[in-house]
Amino acid sequence: MTAKNDLQEFRAEVADWVQANFPGSLKGLDLMSESPTQKGASGDLTTWRKKLADKGWGTPTWPTQYGGAGLSDPEAKIIRQEIAKAGAFNPIPPLTGMGVTMVGPTILEYGTDEQKAKHLPGIASGEIRWCLGLSEPNAGSDLASLATKAVDDGDVFVLNGQKIWTSGAHISQWCGAVVRTDPKARKRDGISFVMLPMDQPGVETRPIKLIAGSSPFCETFFNDARADKSDLLGDLNDGWSVVKRLLQHERQSQTSSPGVPKPEEEPLQEQAKRYVGTLEDGSLADPDLRMRLVRNLMDAEAHKLTVSRITAEAKGKINVSASASILKNSMTRVAQTKAELTLEMMGSQGIGWEGSQFSDEELNSVREWLFGRAMSIYGGSAEIQNNIISKNILGLPETTQQG
Amino acid sequence: MAALNEEQTLIKDQASAWVAAEAPVSKFRKMRDERTEAAFAAPTWAAMVDMGWTGILIPEEYGGSDLGYLTFGVVLEELGKQLTASPLFASAYVGATALLLAGNDTQKADYLPKIVDGSAIFTLAVDEGPRHAPLQTMLKADAQGDQYVLSGSKTLVPEGMAATHFVVVARNSGSAGDAQGLSLFIVPSDAPGLTRTAITTMDSRGYAALQFNDVAVPASALMGPAGQTADVLDEVLDRARAGLGAEMLGVGAQAFAMTLDYLKTRKQFGAVIGSFQALGHRAAELFSAMELARSCGEAALQEIDGQSNSVAKACSLSKAKVGDFVHEMSSQLIQIHGGIGMTDEFDAGLYLKRARVLEGLYGNPGFHRDRYARLMGF
Repeated sequence: MTAKNDLQEFRAEVADWVQANFPGSLKGLDLMSESPTQKGASGDLTTWRKKLADKGWGTPTWPTQYGGAGLSDPEAKIIRQEIAKAGAFNPIPPLTGMGVTMVGPTILEYGTDEQKAKHLPGIASGEIRWCLGLSEPNAGSDLASLATKAVDDGDVFVLNGQKIWTSGAHISQWCGAVVRTDPKARKRDGISFVMLPMDQPGVETRPIKLIAGSSPFCETFFNDARADKSDLLGDLNDGWSVVKRLLQHERQSQTSSPGVPKPEEEPLQEQAKRYVGTLEDGSLADPDLRMRLVRNLMDAEAHKLTVSRITAEAKGKINVSASASILKNSMTRVAQTKAELTLEMMGSQGIGWEGSQFSDEELNSVREWLFGRAMSIYGGSAEIQNNIISKNILGLPETTQQG
Repeated sequence: MAALNEEQTLIKDQASAWVAAEAPVSKFRKMRDERTEAAFAAPTWAAMVDMGWTGILIPEEYGGSDLGYLTFGVVLEELGKQLTASPLFASAYVGATALLLAGNDTQKADYLPKIVDGSAIFTLAVDEGPRHAPLQTMLKADAQGDQYVLSGSKTLVPEGMAATHFVVVARNSGSAGDAQGLSLFIVPSDAPGLTRTAITTMDSRGYAALQFNDVAVPASALMGPAGQTADVLDEVLDRARAGLGAEMLGVGAQAFAMTLDYLKTRKQFGAVIGSFQALGHRAAELFSAMELARSCGEAALQEIDGQSNSVAKACSLSKAKVGDFVHEMSSQLIQIHGGIGMTDEFDAGLYLKRARVLEGLYGNPGFHRDRYARLMGF
């Protein structure tokens, strides 16, 4: 009873504060669409970011000594809701790359006090962007076969090898990388997780152009790159357990649509009516498309209800759980199908690449559709998620791992 | 499972233990083999009445416990797991809902206590043809003095042979397809001019076809305003659909449990078959579909209890998504069990047959996708 009242008071407090501090000039800004570094320089965004960071509300559940606000999950949820309600957004997670969603939580769990003090405040304030060096050209789904070597050289590890799909590497200040520290051990046993600054002679990045055009993904090359030994996260040769946890955080962050929700997005069925037209009874003029559309809307609703149900069953505590694999796959399916349906309803207006014959909406739909094909590949492919479900939730024997 | 309160958890545990001990699928099989006309075992039904399940939806003033739809759904799911046959759903869920939403105070006082104590068995008589289509009702109700005379027919009335009372959807005016003109009547099963014939279906439950030949009922049998009950009928049907969603979750959950067990024990090529990735992935897909369907099924019941204004959408979502899941799950139950799954001796067939019947009752997934689209304005 009192706890509930407290939450209501807290909600009012948050609403007032957001109202008073969110600059109107930032309303409706799509943080994902422009270069975030440019954004960081724009005055109002910097002010807003700093104000949020001062309250610790960019990372509300993190401890106060590391830049968080030490709040509970229900309180963090209230902050998210009130920020969204005001048409505002929390710029700190996107500005930190993988910092808030993956690196931070993993440091909180595995890091030493020194590591927490060194790395977390920069993430909580939205100033330090992190990338992750996980996949390699020959280690994708089978990540544990990675070959990037780290050799002990006194106070540092010296890294040599190549990472790929390092999202945002070209604009990141720090990188968390999985590297092989014991080539003789069985493949999962010789891996360590190190953190290293990107601004050094031994690190080179090269952006990758994708089927959708330019992308945030890079190839990252380590040529005698150096990582401080004090930046080894977790125990030496125990990096596999760190990375497994990190990937759980990744799946968790991919279960609900991340980023800034687009304001007043036109519902899919309205968009369909606009392009396809309706019959006399008001139904969509293409009955086959209509049924596939309704299936997609139902699947989207089922996904949303499942996220709420799992949260409710966890009694307010958001668990990083095996169910994240189910949600990641269902989210992916809903989003990819929606993108396909959008192009289909647009007909020949849904194949444009550039030029004034196509609206921005149409051109964006093509790019989003193409980029969305990656959703079922990154963060553990749909097939890898099914391996996890069958093994970790259903208890079926594992067949994909030997050695 | 939804976050249940203490009372709901208690009832779930009670139902689960009772069903396993007293009404397992072996009892259903025995009943099927004996082909009893009522299509349920009298002691099973009596025990449900004793446990108070018939009063879950009914307010205390009429002898019930008023625990709500999610609570009833919890019981229906447990019954679904073992295919337990009884008139509980037709009478204490659908019949009680019709009385609660459309009945007047006299009708509630007359009948609800009898539903609770099991002395009356109510059921809804709505469809007249092979497709679920409430607005297509043609059974005629003619006002003649202080009574109504009903003529026409109904089909696939659940527990129609055991029922003591029918809630009959009839038409006072208009023609097939019109919402205007629909009325609800309470008709006792022994009314002169009413004949019923058992329909033998693959799921071995009790259904009847009803023939009304100038069946006269007093004006007091009318529920709600004459010709104006299409909306309330929709509300009754939506609650029924959510109840079927709960039972289908039970059928599907059991089918999944049987399949998973088989994947872990059956050996071929020197290994348990669940170690083959093709089957591991299929199990993962089925489990994911079950989790998503469960959210829809439970949300519908919660929305009814919370009297939200999107009950209709939630119930169509439940009927469609849980229906799709139980369809695929019951087919895979047979497929993954291979030859043994095809034998009558094994239970898989019983689940498959029940699944198909439940999918269609009160609208199959296609019906509900169309309805959902219309509710969304396209």
